[in-house]
Amino acid sequence: MAKYIIKRILAAIPMVLIITVICFALMNLAPYDAIDAMTTPNMSPETVALIKAKYGYDQPVYIQYIRWLDGLINGNFGYSIVTHQSISADLAIRIPNTIKLILPAYLLAYALAIVLGLIAGSHKNKWADKLIDGICAIGIALPTFWVSMLLIYFLGYKLNVLPIVGMHTIGQENSMIDYLRHFLMPFIALFLSFLPDATRYVRSSTITQYSEDYVMVQQAFGASKAEIMFKHVCKNVLLPIITKLGMALPMLVTGAIITETIFGWPGVGPYFVKAIQGMDYPIVMVILVLSSTLVILGNLLSDILYSLTDPRIKDLG
Amino acid sequence: MIVMAKNKSDQKRRIENVLSALKHDKLAIASLVFLVIIIALALLAPILPLDPNTTDVRNMFQPPSPEHWFGTDDIGRDYLSRVIYGGRVSLLVGFLAMITCVCVGVLVGTVSGYCGGWIDSILMRIVDIMSSIPWMVLVTVISLFLKRGLKSIIIVIGFFTWMEIARLVRAETLSLKEREYVMYAKFVGIPGYVIILKHIIPSVLPTIIIAASTGIANAIMTESSLSFLGLGIQQPMSSWGSLLQNAQSYMQNAIYMAILPGLLIVLTIFAFNKLGNLLRIFVEPRVMSGEKD
Amino acid sequence: MDENKMTQTGERLLTVDNLKTTFMIHKTKVEAVRGASIHVDDGDILAVVGESGSGKSVLMKSIMGLLPENAQTTADSLVYMGRNLLELSADERRKMRGKEFAMIFQDPMTALNPLKKIGSHLTEVLMRYRKLNKKQAREEAIEAIRKVGIPSPEKRLDQYPHEFSGGMRQRVLIAMALCCKPKLLIADEPTTALDVTIQAQILELLKQLRDEEKMSVVLITHDLGVVASLSNRISVMYGGLIMEEGLTDEIFYAPKHPYTRALLHAIPQPTTGVKERLEAIPGMAPSLTNPPAGCPFAERCKYACEKCESEIPAYRQYTKTQRAMCVFTEEELNAMDKEGKADGRTE
Repeated sequence: MAKYIIKRILAAIPMVLIITVICFALMNLAPYDAIDAMTTPNMSPETVALIKAKYGYDQPVYIQYIRWLDGLINGNFGYSIVTHQSISADLAIRIPNTIKLILPAYLLAYALAIVLGLIAGSHKNKWADKLIDGICAIGIALPTFWVSMLLIYFLGYKLNVLPIVGMHTIGQENSMIDYLRHFLMPFIALFLSFLPDATRYVRSSTITQYSEDYVMVQQAFGASKAEIMFKHVCKNVLLPIITKLGMALPMLVTGAIITETIFGWPGVGPYFVKAIQGMDYPIVMVILVLSSTLVILGNLLSDILYSLTDPRIKDLG
Repeated sequence: MIVMAKNKSDQKRRIENVLSALKHDKLAIASLVFLVIIIALALLAPILPLDPNTTDVRNMFQPPSPEHWFGTDDIGRDYLSRVIYGGRVSLLVGFLAMITCVCVGVLVGTVSGYCGGWIDSILMRIVDIMSSIPWMVLVTVISLFLKRGLKSIIIVIGFFTWMEIARLVRAETLSLKEREYVMYAKFVGIPGYVIILKHIIPSVLPTIIIAASTGIANAIMTESSLSFLGLGIQQPMSSWGSLLQNAQSYMQNAIYMAILPGLLIVLTIFAFNKLGNLLRIFVEPRVMSGEKD
Repeated sequence: MDENKMTQTGERLLTVDNLKTTFMIHKTKVEAVRGASIHVDDGDILAVVGESGSGKSVLMKSIMGLLPENAQTTADSLVYMGRNLLELSADERRKMRGKEFAMIFQDPMTALNPLKKIGSHLTEVLMRYRKLNKKQAREEAIEAIRKVGIPSPEKRLDQYPHEFSGGMRQRVLIAMALCCKPKLLIADEPTTALDVTIQAQILELLKQLRDEEKMSVVLITHDLGVVASLSNRISVMYGGLIMEEGLTDEIFYAPKHPYTRALLHAIPQPTTGVKERLEAIPGMAPSLTNPPAGCPFAERCKYACEKCESEIPAYRQYTKTQRAMCVFTEEELNAMDKEGKADGRTE
């Protein structure tokens, strides 16, 4: 089993490297680069050359890449073209904010999805299933940004119950209640966006388990419906889900770009969108590399968890 | 395993299956009707008495009324017309993006599955890598490099969502490759691309059709999100997503501006997904449960 | 075989009379079992023989109460050890499964929960019915595993299904069936999915257990060769009905029904001459959604006449133990053979 894990880790490393190369290449192909941001057409060529040398842009491309990669590994993510601020410093504040929003929404959505999915799957084609699956079908069709807009209008404006922008009211940074009031609407929007897919997944997994032969064998030996659900189907459905949670890793950084932007939540989302709109490449590229790496790591984590928990795979390694 | 109808009675049974599924599912009927209406409106828009462009600033922010069924927008244009014309663009993007996505996906999937070896490895690596980048990030980044507009958004969506279809098609190709009629064709010397065209693709067609239906739904969702962020359809063209982006600023005056296009997005995506379900029923051979010994 | 029977009482365990099971699938009626009657006495090994689609599995599942909700079962009589199964609630019937009678199925590879240890499969059944604590249940489980011939039972109990071969898994399922000492074991084609050498072992095991555990067996199979050495009685099923039943010797040496005769002719014998053809039975099994009005075998029967196709024939009792559902008597069939009156439906 350890062999399997090591093999997977070794396979992941080249992928991450390739991603960094792609990102760096994209950055260099960009029609507008960091130098253009720092210079004006009026500057003399010597000044431009000096600036280039200062930031290392006069070196050959592969050296630039290696320096950039080196910087990334050491946590030096470079500087924003627009604000000249350290990207890693910015992210150090932004990423926790995003996590504070996404993690509860994701976990709660999955918790509810497990309950609803098990109910729906064990009552396939009966009214409980039709209701739950029907709601999921609608939920999948709802654009998150639209739901956010409606929430803002009805809860924020009409009923004036909740604030519609930001994470805190100025001056009340230490108030938990104030934080929760700001937190509630984006949380609901995200929760509603995660729920339908997760429920469908659990439902489908449950249906598959119920159609397996071993369920009929259990019935043949007198197991009650409750015993079959809680002693057998549950376990077989939950195991793959837990391993799937590894995929949540990239979500913690880029899972709520649109929602955060609409609600003005100070996470990675608005930071990224502003960078896109302002052509702030260093920020864009860092987030690109970061999120892709997290996807790969997430997959890796899922695989490892799976190999640790599924007895069939445990033995293969 | 999904198989095409083998003969007339098989075909008849599949149609019966679909009709019976329809009969029991009112929503499915409603969805089909809705799709027909919305596609008809989109296609016929130029010849209908609609006027999306005339501004009438004295009549801005009129709520829905008998003269303006959807009301008017921030500069007095008839909102119904704008929404229908917006639908034209959204549906067009959805459709074309799906076609691109399917073409690339089928191409990569069949070639990868059929050829195997290092071609397969490389193509699948590419699929893995592209799947590793969260689509939102990837798509917004690419949009930096392409001039914003209709063509770009079709390209962006089409070229970055084909991976799932490629995987599905590749899996089916791999199993089809072992079928005797394919092995025979290969043995007899028929060139690879002919085998792919004549044997493999027809068998993979059902999977493709189902994926296409949900593909349109996804494409419409993606386009709406991108246009909402300002990265998609640009003025003077508008899609449902860009209408919503515009409506954002006027929610307090005219909430209907935000509700109506959004509602249409939801209904359209829901309907296309329902269509995908129906197609799945048509395509999968129904095994009568209980017809064992 | 009779000497084994003497150690058991020979009293009636199971009576099934005119059982019918129908499935409703989207407004279509599927008649899987159309009036089958069998009985099992203490000490019997009853073989139920038939092709795919004859209804044998559905018949057994109807008796066990293991059918999905869209199935409806009726019977003139369905009595097990004096209890009328039709009058019991679903829960009461559930509590009989695994305890009063047990069933094992065709495919051992998918019959066990892959994420649960073998031991827990067994202890679950034990604790459900025998009020044992964990430790006692484990000991009983070890004993059951040993009884079915699996070596190192203590170690094996903590292993997962994927660590067992097909034959071993089937033994585990048999062990599960034995746990609560049921008087009747129903085995639905238990060896079809296994290869031939393992088949023989499993069948031998069943016979051995019948003797040791004082258990009766209903063995469903499509393979007449398999039953010859094992069963003492045979019921031949076709098209949802029992065509013929009798003692094994009676069926093999003096079959009364055309279908039984055709089945026997289709078995390759070591004595079949080099130039002789195996007689296959031409045609296909009858439709379950639109069953024929008369004898279900009439379509493929080389002796069939008009009367056969118009109504289902009554049973003709030949001996105390043998009866067949055919318009013609054995003498009439033999006569038709001699005269070559058979209407050329065979090759």
